[in-house]
Amino acid sequence: MYSDKVLDHYNQPKNVGSFEEGDLSVGTGIVGAPECGDVMKLQLKVENGRIVDARFKTFGCGSAIASSSLATEWVKGKTLEEAAQITNSEIAEELSLPPVKIHCSVLAEDAIKAAVNDYKNRQ
Amino acid sequence: MNPTHPKPIYLDYSATTPVDPRVLEKMLPYFGEVFGNAASRNHQFGWAAEQGVEEGREQIAQLIGAQGKEIIITSGATESDNLAILGVAEMYGKKGNHIITCVTEHKAVLDPAHYLESKGFEVTFLPVDPQGMIDLKALEAAITDQTILISLMAANNEIGTLHPLKEIGQLAKAKGVLFHCDATQAAGKIKLNVEEMGIDLMSLSAHKMYGPKGVGALYVRRRQPRVRLAPILHGGGHERGMRSGTLNVPGIVGFGEACRLARLELEEEAVKMIALRERLYQGLAAKLDYLYLNGHPTQRLPGNLNLSFAFVEGESLMMGLEFIAVSSGSACTSASLEPSYVLRALGIGDDLAHCSIRFSLGRFTTEEEIDRTIEQVVATVTRLREMSPLYDMAKAGIDLKSIQWAGH
Ligand SMILES: Cc1ncc(COP(=O)(O)O)c(C=O)c1O
Repeated sequence: MYSDKVLDHYNQPKNVGSFEEGDLSVGTGIVGAPECGDVMKLQLKVENGRIVDARFKTFGCGSAIASSSLATEWVKGKTLEEAAQITNSEIAEELSLPPVKIHCSVLAEDAIKAAVNDYKNRQ
Repeated sequence: MNPTHPKPIYLDYSATTPVDPRVLEKMLPYFGEVFGNAASRNHQFGWAAEQGVEEGREQIAQLIGAQGKEIIITSGATESDNLAILGVAEMYGKKGNHIITCVTEHKAVLDPAHYLESKGFEVTFLPVDPQGMIDLKALEAAITDQTILISLMAANNEIGTLHPLKEIGQLAKAKGVLFHCDATQAAGKIKLNVEEMGIDLMSLSAHKMYGPKGVGALYVRRRQPRVRLAPILHGGGHERGMRSGTLNVPGIVGFGEACRLARLELEEEAVKMIALRERLYQGLAAKLDYLYLNGHPTQRLPGNLNLSFAFVEGESLMMGLEFIAVSSGSACTSASLEPSYVLRALGIGDDLAHCSIRFSLGRFTTEEEIDRTIEQVVATVTRLREMSPLYDMAKAGIDLKSIQWAGH
């Protein structure tokens, strides 16, 4: 029912946690809604235009947790522009998400973009 | 099953039950030597099969205080519900075109009702209160001179709420309206009596009460009033012409035995179920905050515990309970991406509906299983809450309702 990669991220999620909200080097994206069954909070720590670290917290199904965990792994080392180009289909493909779970990867893409925008707005 | 894995725990008895070994034992000869067609009236093979069927029918009837002749055998409660609703609508359609049911009924009731709407019938879907109860005053007010049928379930399959059947029956009788009750979840779990409760039609299913799958029954009252039904299946005229088709003899024998056992053991079993359910509930409540009970606190099925673990999405919780079988009202478990319509009808909010888990306990549930379940649920909820942005916010005193969420 779940792919091995989804199970791995669910059982051992990468980069769970939060950075200081007030930190100017941090961009935070919160997407989704409790009524819809998923909320992702994704944070990027940026140094010299590059993402050096990332954190997430997610309320959602296993695929949503896996999508956000994967997103935090992928953004690390990327520039903001590169990170903003990560697409939901890449995430869905990597995790072998079934069609009913595609919205989880869409949410992860949105969370990255929201965090990048938040960082830019703070500068 | 993998021997290195712990023995799985089954807490999904509302979905289906295992066949009781005593039931299976009783059925076996009917797959072998007693293989006849119960409708073969002219030889002993037929007579032997018929005898098994009639004994089974009698046991089914006794469980609900009915007569054997009033039991129409079907393939399950879905068919029974359809036959009751469509059969009454067709037979009594000239008398009136209005039916009353409620929003938390099973789809096997709601969908035939919607179908009738498309054929020109009027259907009232009564709302429920936050505990899943209908309002008897609203029911009374909904009855018109066109009303021919009230269809209300005995016990809800998701939240376990028990409807006040006796009061509904009295009301129906006073107004001259037929009362159909889907008792699929309640039969064998709580006492039911069609006479005392004024029920004219009742749906039952064997596989929810330790009998086999694929067999059910519809009780159809024969006296005061004599209820008539137009059949859905036309053919050889079996079952008083209401349901044609060769009878599932082993299934009926098993169903009968399941009913006999339930009748004898129901009271003792209910006490045990309630004790286990309370052990589970108290065990979880002692270790977890933000825990909400869905359904009625006392008027509920003995084995049903439906809980919302706020800030933890139901499917992700089930994923963590790898060796425990439960079910969830969360959207992620359905194709529609919408949470359970039953939980929504309670008005608890979609956020809590997404966080719900139904534990349904049964005959073979043990204390040890309950204790292992408590341990695993607490560990998983705790882990997932540490990962939940909503739990952080709640702990920080932020009112989640005050936030403008970017829904999708
Ligand atoms: C309340 C209720 N009605 C009807 C049904 C359908 O029963 P069956 O599986 O026998 O068709 C179910 C089973 O899910 C149920 O819980």
